[in-house]
Amino acid sequence: MKYTSREMMTIVAARQIRNGDIVFCGTGISMLAAMAAKNINAPESVIFFETGAIDAQLDEIPMAVADSRVMFGASLNGGLLDAFATMQNRITGKKVIGILGAAQIDRFGNINSTVIGDYFNPDVRFSGSGGACDVASFVPRSIIFMQHEKRKFVNKLDYLTSPGHLDGADGRKNAGLAPGGPEVIITDMAVMRFHDTTKQMYLHGYYPGVKKEKILENMEFEVDVSMAEEVRPPSLEELKILREKCDPQRLILGKI
Amino acid sequence: MDYNTAPDNAAPEENAPTNTASTERTSNSIASGSIVSVNSASSDNSESTDKLMSLTDAIDKFVQDGASVAMCTCYESLIPFAAGHEIIRQKKKNLTLICPISDILFDQIIGAGCVSKVRAAWVGNVITGSGYNFRRAVEKGSISVEDHSNFTISLALKAGSMGIPFMPSRTALGSDLFKTNSGIKKFNCPITDDRLTAVKAINPDVTIVHLQRSDRHGNAHMWGNTGITKEAALSAENIILTVEEIVPTRVIKSDPGRVLFPGFRVSAVVHVPFGGHPSPVPGFYNRDHDFFLEYREDSKTVSVYRNWLEKWIYSVKDRDQYCNLLGKNRIDSLKLLKSVKSETVEYGY
Repeated sequence: MKYTSREMMTIVAARQIRNGDIVFCGTGISMLAAMAAKNINAPESVIFFETGAIDAQLDEIPMAVADSRVMFGASLNGGLLDAFATMQNRITGKKVIGILGAAQIDRFGNINSTVIGDYFNPDVRFSGSGGACDVASFVPRSIIFMQHEKRKFVNKLDYLTSPGHLDGADGRKNAGLAPGGPEVIITDMAVMRFHDTTKQMYLHGYYPGVKKEKILENMEFEVDVSMAEEVRPPSLEELKILREKCDPQRLILGKI
Repeated sequence: MDYNTAPDNAAPEENAPTNTASTERTSNSIASGSIVSVNSASSDNSESTDKLMSLTDAIDKFVQDGASVAMCTCYESLIPFAAGHEIIRQKKKNLTLICPISDILFDQIIGAGCVSKVRAAWVGNVITGSGYNFRRAVEKGSISVEDHSNFTISLALKAGSMGIPFMPSRTALGSDLFKTNSGIKKFNCPITDDRLTAVKAINPDVTIVHLQRSDRHGNAHMWGNTGITKEAALSAENIILTVEEIVPTRVIKSDPGRVLFPGFRVSAVVHVPFGGHPSPVPGFYNRDHDFFLEYREDSKTVSVYRNWLEKWIYSVKDRDQYCNLLGKNRIDSLKLLKSVKSETVEYGY
């Protein structure tokens, strides 16, 4: 069965989510991945939004995190400080998995969503951190969505908006951050992870039909590709639930 | 506007059930949902605390050139668009805008030339990405930005509301926020010696919020996600409150759990039905997604944005005219489709 790149990315992200996880998500594909996980492989996960809404009913996909659909049938509606405290809290924070995106990422999973060029005289100014810096600082596991392009996988970030593993092995510990950090990067070509000890990015999987060379060509820095295997495409069951139950109007999935 | 006429002809009976004000809307405004009732309860007829005024007067009186203004305090909902448009109409200058995530309202005010500085975590168009006026202004150097994360700006307002110089956190350590924001510093915790982040307090000159309903004295109900509204309001010198409905004090007092800040802190109460459009107002109307998609095109260049300003702001006297411009069909299309009421609770003794 045919599937789109967006469907593949959503399903690969959903598979990272486990029962018992508290899933922090924003608008768009991250919300869809969380919904897919809840309907497919992690029915006991809890979806939670930056707005503070926890466990919303989500009969329809909201187009923004403060849409009234996010409050509808929620177990709890909070404020912004509560939402971030859920991640900073020593008890709940351990269970949170975050979903992020960025304009640039480096080999240690640090990300930039602020500027291209000099901060004080930028070539391109983006919208800014939003809550990404906080999520990246607090949560033990995060998923990062990226488009696989050379200008996005860079040797040096123009601005470090949200901390990943910082400078490697003990980077987070030395800075005073909670343990954990970025766990997996999901792109339109591949899945990347980080070595346990060095915290350097490596190629964990490539999508069916994508060559390892092509993945490397689209990155400024080299990564270890020796452990890479083909990523299992979405199953019929996964696709069916994603298309029919999670986003029947294809608001996030887009055209086939 | 409605508030000039409605108190005389639309006051609900004082003994009417509590929910009358929100269920029986008989306004002649195109935006509906705009009944205004007077303060007929004996306990709330104090003239001295009556803060009801026009939007024009509220902005004129409490937003001075050069002021720091917090608005857009609960993400993409309940954004005080009508108040922001009045700021543009009055051609305020050198404002500092403060919020965690502004949807397109900051972009609009920046594009109108009213702003010299932004203290925020995210400025753009939430469902499409970039805010083009913001981008142009920063890339040209015509405004300065104090970058925050959502949590740091929230902590700054929390500290401001509590009357302390900073709030501690474990966020942002290792990030470049420390290099570009002088109000964010590292320190060692005096209790545990852990490395922590200190976020300097922010106290805006004025915080502008759009909520569901209020009495004439500024006692207001809010429901839905509250964002950082409470802290932004309590940290400010003045609070301007714009609301969908004015209700008798007893409606507010029947459910004090929904009140975020005391009425005595509020400087101005303004009745502005549909004042949050195109953002959603829980209990009143849905988000006008198309408006945000259209705005993306309408703000792409300086010249098309000039046309947008002329059409939606300069040629429009007030919110009623704005609603006429939107048209009845569009307003009707944003009505709630599913009604779900909360159960009332017992507050007796």
